[in-house]
Formats: sequence, C-alpha cells, structure tokens
Amino acid sequence: MNKILSRTITSIVIAFLYIPILVLIVFSFNASKSRANFTGFSLRWYEKLFHNDAIMTALLNTIIIAIISSLLATVIGTAAAIGINKMKPITKATIMNVTYIPIINPEIITGVSLMLLFRAFTVYSNFEFGFVSLILAHITFNIPYIIYSIIPKLRQMNPNLVEAAEDLGCNARQAFFKITIPEIMPGVLSGFLMAITYSIDDFIVSYFNSGTTVETLPITIYSMTRKKVSPEINALSTIIFIVILAILIIRNILSNYKLRKEKQEYLTSRS
Amino acid sequence: MKSKILSIPYIIWMIIFTVIPLGLVIFFAFTTQSGEFTFSNIVAMNDYLDVLFRSIEFSVIATIICLILGLPVSYLISRLARGKQGTMLMIVILPMWINFLLRTYAWMTLLEENGLINRFLGLFNVGPFNLINNSGAVILGMIYNYIPFMILPLYSVMTKIDESVVEAAQDLGCSGFHIITRIILPLSKQGISTGIITVFVPSVSTFIISRMLGGGTNDLIGDIIESQFLGNSYNPHLGSAMALVLMVIVILIMSLFNQFGSEEAVI
Repeated sequence: MNKILSRTITSIVIAFLYIPILVLIVFSFNASKSRANFTGFSLRWYEKLFHNDAIMTALLNTIIIAIISSLLATVIGTAAAIGINKMKPITKATIMNVTYIPIINPEIITGVSLMLLFRAFTVYSNFEFGFVSLILAHITFNIPYIIYSIIPKLRQMNPNLVEAAEDLGCNARQAFFKITIPEIMPGVLSGFLMAITYSIDDFIVSYFNSGTTVETLPITIYSMTRKKVSPEINALSTIIFIVILAILIIRNILSNYKLRKEKQEYLTSRS
Repeated sequence: MKSKILSIPYIIWMIIFTVIPLGLVIFFAFTTQSGEFTFSNIVAMNDYLDVLFRSIEFSVIATIICLILGLPVSYLISRLARGKQGTMLMIVILPMWINFLLRTYAWMTLLEENGLINRFLGLFNVGPFNLINNSGAVILGMIYNYIPFMILPLYSVMTKIDESVVEAAQDLGCSGFHIITRIILPLSKQGISTGIITVFVPSVSTFIISRMLGGGTNDLIGDIIESQFLGNSYNPHLGSAMALVLMVIVILIMSLFNQFGSEEAVI
C-alpha cells in the first residue's frame, strides 16, 4: 500500500512538473495568438522569433556575457582554489565561508548589494551600468562555483606527485602545468560549465545591474511576460527545452556507454 | 608557500564585490539620504510587517508542501535500480534547466480566467474559478519552481540508506508507519534540513513569482525591496533596511536547520 501511495505521488509530481511545459510546447505551434484555443498548426511564432531583433540581440548579449564572465571566473577561481588549498585551516575556513556567501545569499540581496556598489562607482567615476557591470556581477556569483568544484579535486590529488616531478627535474612552473593543472582539470571544466549555465539562466542579479541599455535574454523574457500575450515566448521555451533535452540525453548515453565499457574492461581484466 | 599568492586576486575580488557590497547594504540601512546615522529605516519596516509575515507564511507553506511531496518521491527514486535512478533524477532536474520566468509564465497560461484549466472545467459546466491572482497561485508557483531543490538533497541522503536496515526493521515487526518515522526520517535528517533551506530561501525572497501569479495584491518582501531600488518608490535606504531584515531571517533559518543535522555537511 505504501508503494502504491508513493508511486501515485511521484506520478502526480512528475505530471505537475511537465504539464505546464507541454502546454507551452503545444501552443508554440498554434496558428493564432490565443493561449487557450488551439486553432491549427503553424510555425509562425518560430519565424517571428527569429525575426525579433530584441530577442536576438539579447541572446547574443547573454552568450557574450556568459562566456567572458565564466572564462574570467574560471581563471580567478582556479588560481584561488590552488592558493586556498595551501592555507592554514583557519584562514582557509574564513575564506571558504565568505566564498559561500554568494551561493547561499538570496539572489535579490546579491543583486541590490552589487547595485549599491556600482552606483557608488558611477558617483565617483564615469562608470556606467551595462556590459561591464553585468560581467563583474556574473564573475562574482560564478567564482564560488568554480572554487567549490576544484577544491575536492585538489584534496584528492596525491601531494607526492608534485614533489616527484620536482625531484625528476621539473621546476615549480613545469610541475604546476604538467601535474597540478591536468589533475584538477575535470573540476575546472565542470566548474566552467556550471558557471556558463548559471550565467545564462540568471535573471535577478542581472535585472538589478543591467542599467537601461543592455538586456540579457532573461530580462527580455521578463518584459515579454509583462505584456501577457507573447506567443514567441512559447516558441523560445520549446527550443530551449529541446536543446537541453538533447544535451542531457547525449550525456546520459555517453556516461552509460562509459559505465558499460568500464564494466567490460573490469570483467575482462579479471578473467 | 608561493602558491598562496595565487589566491590574492580572488581575495581582493571577494572583498570588493562580496564584502563591501554587503557592508553598503548595512550602511544604507542605518543612514539617511544625507548620510547621517538613523534607525528610521528600520522603524519604517513596521509599515511592511504584513508583507513580511505574508512572505514568511507563503514560503513556510510552500516548503512544507515540497517536503511532504518530496519525501515519497525521493524515497521511491532512491530504491530504484542504479540506471533508473539516473533517469528519474534527470526527469526531476530537467524542468529546472528552463528559465524560471518561462516556467512561471506557463502557469499563467494554465490558471488564467479563460485559461486551459478553466476551459477544461467548463466542458463539465464547472467554474470558471478564480485561479490566478490569489495567494494560492503564488504558493503554487513557489512549489513548482523549487520542489526539485527539495527532491535532490533528500534523494542524495536516502540513496545511502541501506535496504537491509529497512528489512531488519520489518523482520523485527516494525510496521510501515514506524519504518518511516523511526528509520527513514531520522536517517534523512541532513537531506531534510538542506531541502528546507534550499526551498525556503528562494521562496521567501522571490519577487517575480508573486508579481506574475499574485496579480499585484499579494506583494512579498522581495517586491517591496525591488520597488525601492528600481520601481516608483525609489529609496535605497529603506530598501537596504528591508534587505537586511530579509538577510537576518535567512541566517536564522539556516542556523536553525544547519544545527539540526550538521554531523556531516553536504553540498
């Protein structure tokens, strides 16, 4: 009975999660503007979406900001993680706690606090809200994810490896690039991907720090939802959903394939 | 020794872009526009107590419902075969990858006066009901957006519960109800407290969900903060005071629930 109950609840929750998305997808193919009447199949909203300059510019802005901020965050964060890892426990704990702030703080507080800072910048210099403020803000909330994904890799790393390399004639720089960097690379990469995702998805922090001239995609989406009826949003959601679904399915297949291969190798090595 | 230097750029960054901004929030909260020290911004919060309590009330309800729904879902997933667990988790996470504005917009489509749900009910000559622009719709939006944040931490602790512990309890005559209260819940404590924090914090500070689904009559503390910084009633001093209060609430909740299961921190 217990099992039936938990199965029912699980099915309801999954239906609850997907019904709104399915509705968006179905209505993205609607011939009319209505959000309640399906009057016929058409690709009209997709066409309109690709001819919508505001959306396309915002998409480009989002991608530029995400790539620049994630790259810079990765460089700063990787260096930071390596340095932090070598610190005394107390200093390390203090820095890690402050690093944790942007992750746990409500986004609205990160947003308004940075806004206050940038506004102070505008008073004392000719700093303006726009690309630069957005990139600075995105780097700020991205670095912690990078640090937190690299620190475990550094901890798992065998400390003797660097010493061995140095004994065998590597100088500190060579040991760093030939040993440390390759060892932590998986952490660096997953941190970078996380940063890109958070950056593309961010609305709240960007909303407070974009000023009036630059819009990212989530900000454009927000202004479209305020107009109540914008069927292009449905088309956009459908595209995003399908792209993400494809990425996740490919990743899943690859990891299953890897798992199976590893298992096979393991079995053949034992026989 | 030398590699410590590598973290200096970050430490400077952290001070400028994390520590100083938070300091500015505190500074603005306790100053007037001419820069004099004052408590008036904090005192002015009195006028917004109803909004503050509404935010807390809505997010507590949303968190409790997420917990009630999340527990059986996570447990079910954690008892599946390894491969299936991955697939089910992917199904739960997938909606999170779509921007929350789009997800919330989807609910507007469903709940509107002549939206799909009312049209569907209309087929049976029921309704139309007033489904949007009320407190229920806002809470629904919170649950919809944040329930994966409950399921994930619950799953990650539940998947570590050894099935033989449950079987042993059954063998020793434990009833289904007692297995839940005496075995599963105590062993999931850490996941429950993480889940509560990760659902409560974004819920209590949201300002978009309430605006899109609450129809302007269910403003939350996030909406008021936003209007002090970007909206019509521009007053960053009052806004900072509100942000400070919100931060205190979040810290209280976190220390309360982190204590509750802090044997091993899971991130």
